[in-house]
Amino acid sequence: MGIVEAILLTVITAATPLVLAAMGELVAERAGVLNLGVEGMMVMGAVLAFAATQMTGSPYIGILAGIAGGALFSLLFGFLTLTLVANQVATGLALTILGIGISGQLGEPYVGMSGTKLQPVAIPLLSEIPVLGPLLFRQDLIFYMSIALVAGVHWFLFRSRTGLKIRAIGDNHASAHALGIDVIRMRYLAVMFGGACAGLAGAQLSLVYTPQWVENMSAGRGWIALALVVFASWRPWRLLAGGYLFGAVSISQLHAQALGLGIPSQFLSALPYAATVVVLILISHNRRMTLINTPASLGKPFVPDR
Amino acid sequence: MRIELEKRPQASAFYSVLSPFIALFLTVIAGGIMFALLGKDPFSALYGFFVEPLLDIWSIHEIAIKAAPLILIGVGLSICYRSNNWNIGAEGQFTAGAIAGSIIPVVFYEWHSPLVLPLMLIFGMIGGALYAAIPAFLKAHMNTNEILTSLMLVYIAQLFLDWMVRGPWRSPDAYNFPVTRDFAPEAILPELVSSGRTNLGFAFAIIAAIALWFMMRYTLKGFEITVLGQSQRAGRFAGFSSRKMIWFSMLLSGALAGLAGISEVSGAINKLQPIISPGYGFTAIIVAFLGRLNPLGIVAAGLFLALTYVGGEAVQLTLSVSDKVTRVFQGLLLFFVLSCDTLILYRIRLVLAGRPGAAQSGAS
Amino acid sequence: MLAVRNLTKLFGSFAACDAIDLDIRPGEIHALLGENGAGKSTLVKMLFGVLAPTDGQILWRGEPVLIASPAAARRIGIGMVFQHFSLFDALTVAENIALSLDPGISLAKVAEEASRLSHEYGLPLDPKAHVADLSVGERQRIEIVRTLLQNPDLVILDEPTSVLTPQEADRLFETLAKLKAEGRSILYISHRLEEVQRICDRATVLRRGKVTGACDPRRETPATLARMMVGSDIAVVSAEGTNARGEVLLEARHLSAAARTPFAVSLKNICLKVRGGEILAIAGVAGNGQSELFDALSGEYPTSEAASVFIRQKPVGTLGITARRLMGAGFVPEERHGHAAVPALSLSDNLVLARSQSDRKAFIGGGLLGIIRHGAVKRASARISEAMDVRKSGENPVAGSLSGGNLQKFIVGRELDRQPAVLVVNQPTWGVDAGAASRIRQALVDLAEAGSAVLVISQDLDEIFEVATEIAVISEGRLSDAYPARELTREKIGLLMGGMYGKTEAGEAAHAHRA
Repeated sequence: MGIVEAILLTVITAATPLVLAAMGELVAERAGVLNLGVEGMMVMGAVLAFAATQMTGSPYIGILAGIAGGALFSLLFGFLTLTLVANQVATGLALTILGIGISGQLGEPYVGMSGTKLQPVAIPLLSEIPVLGPLLFRQDLIFYMSIALVAGVHWFLFRSRTGLKIRAIGDNHASAHALGIDVIRMRYLAVMFGGACAGLAGAQLSLVYTPQWVENMSAGRGWIALALVVFASWRPWRLLAGGYLFGAVSISQLHAQALGLGIPSQFLSALPYAATVVVLILISHNRRMTLINTPASLGKPFVPDR
Repeated sequence: MRIELEKRPQASAFYSVLSPFIALFLTVIAGGIMFALLGKDPFSALYGFFVEPLLDIWSIHEIAIKAAPLILIGVGLSICYRSNNWNIGAEGQFTAGAIAGSIIPVVFYEWHSPLVLPLMLIFGMIGGALYAAIPAFLKAHMNTNEILTSLMLVYIAQLFLDWMVRGPWRSPDAYNFPVTRDFAPEAILPELVSSGRTNLGFAFAIIAAIALWFMMRYTLKGFEITVLGQSQRAGRFAGFSSRKMIWFSMLLSGALAGLAGISEVSGAINKLQPIISPGYGFTAIIVAFLGRLNPLGIVAAGLFLALTYVGGEAVQLTLSVSDKVTRVFQGLLLFFVLSCDTLILYRIRLVLAGRPGAAQSGAS
Repeated sequence: MLAVRNLTKLFGSFAACDAIDLDIRPGEIHALLGENGAGKSTLVKMLFGVLAPTDGQILWRGEPVLIASPAAARRIGIGMVFQHFSLFDALTVAENIALSLDPGISLAKVAEEASRLSHEYGLPLDPKAHVADLSVGERQRIEIVRTLLQNPDLVILDEPTSVLTPQEADRLFETLAKLKAEGRSILYISHRLEEVQRICDRATVLRRGKVTGACDPRRETPATLARMMVGSDIAVVSAEGTNARGEVLLEARHLSAAARTPFAVSLKNICLKVRGGEILAIAGVAGNGQSELFDALSGEYPTSEAASVFIRQKPVGTLGITARRLMGAGFVPEERHGHAAVPALSLSDNLVLARSQSDRKAFIGGGLLGIIRHGAVKRASARISEAMDVRKSGENPVAGSLSGGNLQKFIVGRELDRQPAVLVVNQPTWGVDAGAASRIRQALVDLAEAGSAVLVISQDLDEIFEVATEIAVISEGRLSDAYPARELTREKIGLLMGGMYGKTEAGEAAHAHRA
């Protein structure tokens, strides 16, 4: 394998958790829910996936634990914002703070333990294609899931009737309610889907990216995922592209450090965060575009009258 | 069974006073359950966490020291949140203030003058305000979401501090430890009373809280903040500018966070090091909400959350539980605060399955 | 077809509908008449399964039914066209229609069916168009086609003509006649007596949640119907004496403004003049630039050119709302909640909202600190409530707790209290009960009589004919010439609304100004 392939492989590994977490948030936001707790759900997924893998020895059970953990944890957010109509911004922050706290507590016994890395699964025939084969078809399950997720969410949102309902709720929840769509229930499902995806993204971190548990290991990726959703203007395929762009930026700092360019490592580490700010500025520059694409009821509370 | 909300005709004054206390009560119960799950006796753990620190003078001073930055940052954030500007990067502004305020004692350490301390404090405020000016500018003029930018800047500030104390500002006599030189005595915030370590920072916090309380309660500026937070459109009709409000609230909260940063470094740590805060900037968000975004409420809330830090350290030693317990407590508290605030605007009904409205209970 | 017995809906202890009885026969157009807040909307929401009744019974073809959801209502054959359309701007016409249909049907099939039906009933629609790009009339067609696709036996229409031009309304009535001829029943909700008398076979009148009359509207006079609706005679607004011609106090010269958002309308070369003693009314269908015109005149969004707006003959185009208030102008925006008033704040705070600068001496003290004099504000707010007969619970309740009419009286009174030389009002009585509406209109007339210049932007032609001395029509961001009110008929206004500008050549007008 050449140096270029090696670099591309690291880009894919770095991009996958961003794509996963952002894709879940995309669905939640399309339904009109702004969940700023992605970071918290992600670390919860990471710690639960790691713990389950350590207990059972199977990283596949770890993946399931990460997904289930993220989804259950997001229910807390759903209960507050959907049932008790608490402020979505504040509740999302609460979810992040609580997630970091609980995961730190749960992960205490696992700190410093070396983990089990999720092994790649080669797809017969396809993995024999030169260059592309090893890159795309000799990957781990979570990578395949991320690509399937993008295609699936695109189909779901724009082709299925339930997806149409999700978009309708995000555009105008009062009208959706008047048409008899159960807004709260659909939003619960969308929030849980977002939680499950963030949990899976966390599992990728503790099973693939750095197969061990480090406290607060999502390190702002949840927040970057939120920026990614805006960057993609709520469209799945654009989100995939954006995810790989962010992945490339965040990995370039590691390669730059390895090359030893004489730039202080802290500056390179700050690169993904700075890049996020720059990207946010670039998107908001086109205000019209953002206004047209933002789900109109995003972040607004909904109380059905009975 | 499901929960239904019924909007009250008018916000309940009763619950707006009571809801933080219900939240505290629920947090203590949840905390007890958590200790029980960890295999500790919940009663002695809670006693150690919440009561014991109040019994000796040393701990009380520790609480005041930790409450000072929480209150300073919290009251600033309350102005932001009231005006609908979601600055969640106070931790970064705290760090920026600490760095800017340390320029004199670290770089010009040979300059001895009574002016050193006031200048440090002013530099700290300017540093915090300038750092908050970045998301403020981006929101006001580029329409960029301030939540994400202010948060990203936290990471950047922390990495910058890390570089400073390992690189240009590393003390020559610290044997490669990543710290700056110790501050000279005139660069250290004096203690407030003779009985312990509580420093002037606590006085700053109380003064800031009272001043902002006065502003919100009596002045047109406070009214402007309230109106713009409730409805930008109504604010525009009143002739208030939401763009100027972005600047005002962000610079004010940034300056207060910066003051908290330099006060902490000058009063409690006496030098710069890679980590100067146990997450004060984030905990202050909880403080702001627990205090119901009221500056005087925030004083009480700041003292309480400071207690969770001190109590957390105490049980860490006596019961050998990890320091993460504190974080969990804080997170739970914010959740309960947000849930209980629903009671202020709504009546909550528990509807048992079957005919809607058949069985009703709950608060009304 | 449908019968309602003793139907009641309580919100807390307030009875929005109190023991309502109603019968609708097959193949009739049945009117449900009542003022805003009489309980019409609550009643039909129960019929359509959006709200659950507290008590009482609904009978469908003689059988008691429980309508638990809109889907259940559609299943038994009830369709509804909402007043505030339940449409989704971001979706296409076909997607909007599909949302209310059986999920088994494919989008392509929905689109095909929709265009077939829309042609059959003379309601042309493009299934692929995005709703955001459509006019109000076209949006209503989607609602109607969506309802008809379910082949309903009973169609409920909630205030369908309130957003239409007179010509569009005529088209709608033809469609309704066709439905009636097919044997379908129609429940037609309105507060417009003239329409009801024209198309309805029978009428049921509601007042404060109770049925106050059932009649054949053709045998009644507007006055007797109005009495059933309101319960007493409404003071007739008298516009005598508003013809005094003072000097021009408010003027727009070639006012243009680009659209601020993708959903807004741009203003194109608007010219208008209002003299003291005059009420200029601007008619038009919603969404044709009314709010944008208000924003430009009030200075909430100043224009780039000073000489586009004049108040008391001084150019103010680039000045903000505060500066314009200081020159003696007052403003009443359309939206009460969250624009003209902050619902969660008290009435006295809402007084400060509009007058903190124009009455700085009276309301603000403490020099640079800017301390609000709550005592003085409260006294002024009590004075306004008294003058406008604002009914409220308690001394100084939050604005959100007042009914629409009472809050609007306070908002208008807040400006009148200053006796502004210029008053710009957008939709002064939208969603307001008849008593309050007549009081507000009279107050506007009185202000003009006292010598002020009043500009009223309104969609309500009845209101316009009641108060206006001059009338102009706004359409797609352009303003027609102003005509003396007595020279105009509804039909003429309708044509102007449709975009036939009736405007002297723009070049000629510009030339005249330079001269």
